[in-house]
Amino acid sequence: MATVTLTPTKTPELMLEANSVTPDAFAGKNAEQIATLECREGKTHVTIGDFFTVSGNAGATAAETDIVIAGDCTRVKYIGSKMTAGTVTVNGNADMYVGGWMKGGKIHIKGNVDSFCGIAMEGGEILVDGRAQNHVGCAYRGDWRGMKGGTIRIKGDAGNDIGTFMLGGTIIIEGNAFIHVSTHAEGGTVIVKGNVDGRVGGQMVKGTIYVFGEIKFMMPGFKKVDKVDLEVDGTKATFDHYIGDLGERHPKSKGKTVFADLYLKA
Amino acid sequence: MPKLITQVGCPYCGSSCDDIEVIVSDDNKKILEVHNACIIGTNLFMHANDPTRPKLPRMRQADGSMKEIAYPEAIDFMAKTMLAAKKPLIYGFGSTNCEGMAAVARIAEKSGAVLDNCATICHGPSFLAMFDNGYPSCTLGEAKNRADVVVFWGCNPMHAHPRHTSRYSIFPRGYFTSKGQMQRTILSVDPRQTDTAKLADIHLMLDQGHDYELFDAFRTVLKGYDIPDVVAGIKKETIVKAVDIMKKARFCMIFFGMGCTHTDGRNHNIDAAISLTRDLNNYTKCSIMAMRGHYNIAGPGQVWSWIFGFPYCIDLSKGTHAHMNPGETSSVDLAMRDEVDCFVNIGADAGAHFPIQAVQHLKKHPFITVDPNFNMASEIADLHIPVRIAGVDEPGVVYRMDNVPIQFKAVIDGLPGVPSDEELFDMVYERMCELTNTQPVWIAAKEDRKHPANISAVNEA
Ligand code: SF4
Repeated sequence: MATVTLTPTKTPELMLEANSVTPDAFAGKNAEQIATLECREGKTHVTIGDFFTVSGNAGATAAETDIVIAGDCTRVKYIGSKMTAGTVTVNGNADMYVGGWMKGGKIHIKGNVDSFCGIAMEGGEILVDGRAQNHVGCAYRGDWRGMKGGTIRIKGDAGNDIGTFMLGGTIIIEGNAFIHVSTHAEGGTVIVKGNVDGRVGGQMVKGTIYVFGEIKFMMPGFKKVDKVDLEVDGTKATFDHYIGDLGERHPKSKGKTVFADLYLKA
Repeated sequence: MPKLITQVGCPYCGSSCDDIEVIVSDDNKKILEVHNACIIGTNLFMHANDPTRPKLPRMRQADGSMKEIAYPEAIDFMAKTMLAAKKPLIYGFGSTNCEGMAAVARIAEKSGAVLDNCATICHGPSFLAMFDNGYPSCTLGEAKNRADVVVFWGCNPMHAHPRHTSRYSIFPRGYFTSKGQMQRTILSVDPRQTDTAKLADIHLMLDQGHDYELFDAFRTVLKGYDIPDVVAGIKKETIVKAVDIMKKARFCMIFFGMGCTHTDGRNHNIDAAISLTRDLNNYTKCSIMAMRGHYNIAGPGQVWSWIFGFPYCIDLSKGTHAHMNPGETSSVDLAMRDEVDCFVNIGADAGAHFPIQAVQHLKKHPFITVDPNFNMASEIADLHIPVRIAGVDEPGVVYRMDNVPIQFKAVIDGLPGVPSDEELFDMVYERMCELTNTQPVWIAAKEDRKHPANISAVNEA
């Protein structure tokens, strides 16, 4: 494994669109070549070298490349977006689209992330030590095929629109969430360890949600069916089992209607 | 002899009434009387008589005062400032014609700007819901002639669209609705007792911000399932009764407004409303329509979708493709995140309508306002360029709230020397091309376009 370290040298005036900060773009390049990779700040073409000092050469392939950003990226978008392998670690915050459309590899953000973290993700792992803003693991605007696979773990709180149009994969919010969890989802799993304000599973067709805390406003389309003992993300507990969203369309399997499942810790 | 002009369009609210009659003075300079319009529309026309209307651009001076300058100087400043910016933001278009919107698209592309319109603080979420879930809509004519159950959800046309209820939704006698109001059942869903709610047969006074739950309850009842005793502050019996009325309608029409689009959940509220509309079509005919605010705010959605593929929040800074993602490329978010370095406000008032923090960020950079009148955005701007008033002294195409295009007339002569939006933006575009040493690309939407004067000669050159 080869590690490339980027050290921020200045804060972008607008936002830096760093689509090229991925193991895939770095693979097979030395530090100098990496510094010349293109980024955008508004309509101006800039390079990674304009904003970071680069040390270390990348591995031959994405899988053999680790990227470490030794500093804050509050104004840097698209870190690790569309990556397929390798790792990215940010020792600070990151802006929008962290791991968006990601297919594989690992991202670890030690601070907070802004919105659209892991949107339309297909595989790999994202770990955020801090908070996330809105649209974690959500579909891109207008796309009814959302997150398909992979895992997103947010250790802090998250905003609204978690796993909208989700088809597969897992999202774990260890803190609280605001509104709209798994809206329109047709698969996948969302685990919220804290409380949720409301709109959990609205228009949901299939898939699973676990909530450990309280749901302040329950969707009227969810109906309690039974109580179950489960082990969820390493915790054993008793959950109230709800099915829904009864107002939404649902497919049939072997003559039985398939509903989405919501497990609320009893 | 004063002249009577009939079939005039009113350039104010989304009802876009096209039955206005205006009496103008002999010399075509003054509006004497306005008939048929509501008080807002009447005032809008009368306002054009105001002798203090700005006739020249005004530039902010070093001492903070505004000084009148000539148009070429203002055009040069606007072109240079937008080209120099890394990411200019162009916002507005609540009150201008489609010709102006098409012209501004050229300068937006040339300067790599973000192009946004008032939908961003209004019905933008409705667009997002339409992307996700479709838009089973109809025209206002259909609503007038067919709808016997009309639902006003989070909107108050009695104040915001004064003639909407008399022309299209509650009172008019239509082909299948010959008894007018007597034949229509009106439902209002609003946390406040608005004047529209007072007209309604049933007013569902829901808890503010719980529209999504209520839509879900409607859908759940419609599917034959039970719901909790109270949802969003409304009793189960009331919900069941409302659903029954909608289900038994011959034609149910849902109008929704900013009570849905700009409370928590935003696009999801509309999304659920669209799902409900679709569900109701299993039983009867049901249609849904956004109560668009301005007379031509559906225009940029049409014009820019045709040009760029997106209706609003269009980031053209990439140069190769348009990128749209509200939350990132929406005006208020861009301003709050300090992501733009030049702001152009056109035919809207960001000074009055944006959050103060957003305006403070925008004010750090060049701030240009294009507007026929003085407003808050013109008074805080570095440059204010006056233009003609679309629909009053400049004709043009507008899209009504149901996306029906209407040709609006000019009723009086424009102020001498003051250009229309289209002419101004075309001149800015020409100047930008001069500054960047590039050839302008004119795609003429109509043959009688005014600028440049001789379009065929330009294209052949
Ligand atoms: S209802 Fe609207 S469009 Fe009609 S006259 Fe009044 S302001 Fe003008």
